[in-house]
Amino acid sequence: MTSNSNLSNMRRMVEQLKLEASVERIKVSQAAAELQQYCLQNASKDALLVGVPTGSNPFREPRSCAVV
Amino acid sequence: MACQGLQKGETLASLKTESDGLKKKLEVERGKLNDVELHQVAEKTEVLGALSIKTRRVLKGHGAKVLCMDWCKDKRRLVSSSQVRTSTDLWTREHGVSLPCTWVMACAYAPSGCAVACGGLDNKCSVIPLSLDKDENLAAKKKSVAMHTNYVSGCTFTNSDMQMLTSSGDGTCALWDVESGQLLQSFHGHTADVLSLDLAPSETGNTFVSGGCDRKANVWDMRSGQNIQSFESHESDINCVKYYPSGDAFASASDDATCRFYDLRADREVAVYQKDSIVFGASTVDFSLSGRLLFAGYNDYTINAWDVLKGNRVSILFGHENRVSRVKLSPDGTAICSASWDNTLRIWA
Repeated sequence: MTSNSNLSNMRRMVEQLKLEASVERIKVSQAAAELQQYCLQNASKDALLVGVPTGSNPFREPRSCAVV
Repeated sequence: MACQGLQKGETLASLKTESDGLKKKLEVERGKLNDVELHQVAEKTEVLGALSIKTRRVLKGHGAKVLCMDWCKDKRRLVSSSQVRTSTDLWTREHGVSLPCTWVMACAYAPSGCAVACGGLDNKCSVIPLSLDKDENLAAKKKSVAMHTNYVSGCTFTNSDMQMLTSSGDGTCALWDVESGQLLQSFHGHTADVLSLDLAPSETGNTFVSGGCDRKANVWDMRSGQNIQSFESHESDINCVKYYPSGDAFASASDDATCRFYDLRADREVAVYQKDSIVFGASTVDFSLSGRLLFAGYNDYTINAWDVLKGNRVSILFGHENRVSRVKLSPDGTAICSASWDNTLRIWA
């Protein structure tokens, strides 16, 4: 019956919301600090950020010509 | 009239009141911890210099719009899928070989590099083992794994070649055993088409995020099928979701012309990447290796590179002559590949 399925849908929504409301959260300041730390720790390995010497990046053609 | 399961005094109205109350509570709880903005925390970080990223390769060879692509772990091979204009068959291209797969909207490389998954308007996702023998009849080896009741929008292997996750226009995501085709878990909660999914990066991680036309991004527990967190702040369809490399956050791209960044432990949106001058929908996002840059492909043919922490746009990558449908970082982080409706793929580095 439609009224029963509406009821069970609503009940499922209420259970889902209870679950989401009970999630343990941390402050944005702490989360943001950790995101920032991850970026900074890995920045030197990030080729798109810092660039790599043209010789070692396989997608960049080396500037110098090779004598065959 | 069957009334089993009806709790004492429970009615549709009382449940509605309870649900409204819980939604308010969720907002309040999340608000309590919103003590600072991400870009404020990042104020002390050095401003990024100009990026020296340019097109390094243009891959032609598809006869029509390229809808999807994926990198192989060997960092050299790509699989991409497109819609061939002259016939109703859509085909997938892997290092120059056409693979038999119709109506492909999603494609993915198996972690071993030995197979490719593809799916789309046939409501299925199939796996094709790859062979070095170019004469081999790959059509015969194609194997249907996933069966949805509407189009397959996204697919990815999990940590091995044995399991596959799919997202579908039927509003669900599903986990499949590749060998038997058995449905291992289904994920219900979206109220409209699911357009994208991404697996959490950790080895031990068992979660994934999905986004769809109901404007929601949902985080799921793969084993229980439970929807653990849900985020609803976009104003239109979410076309793509992607985890931040640490696994603690994810980004989304939407038809509302913004990309957003959500932290999972703070359980809220922590940044919006937008500009008044950007009015076209964003279709795809991916992070650079350190997570500092977010590359987003738009329907105005451009790719914008955003500073994830400070929130400003760092660079615009021009080159494509039609919508950008997918951007993906290479496995070693040295390049970005973009797929477009202009029938080409571009490698940027």
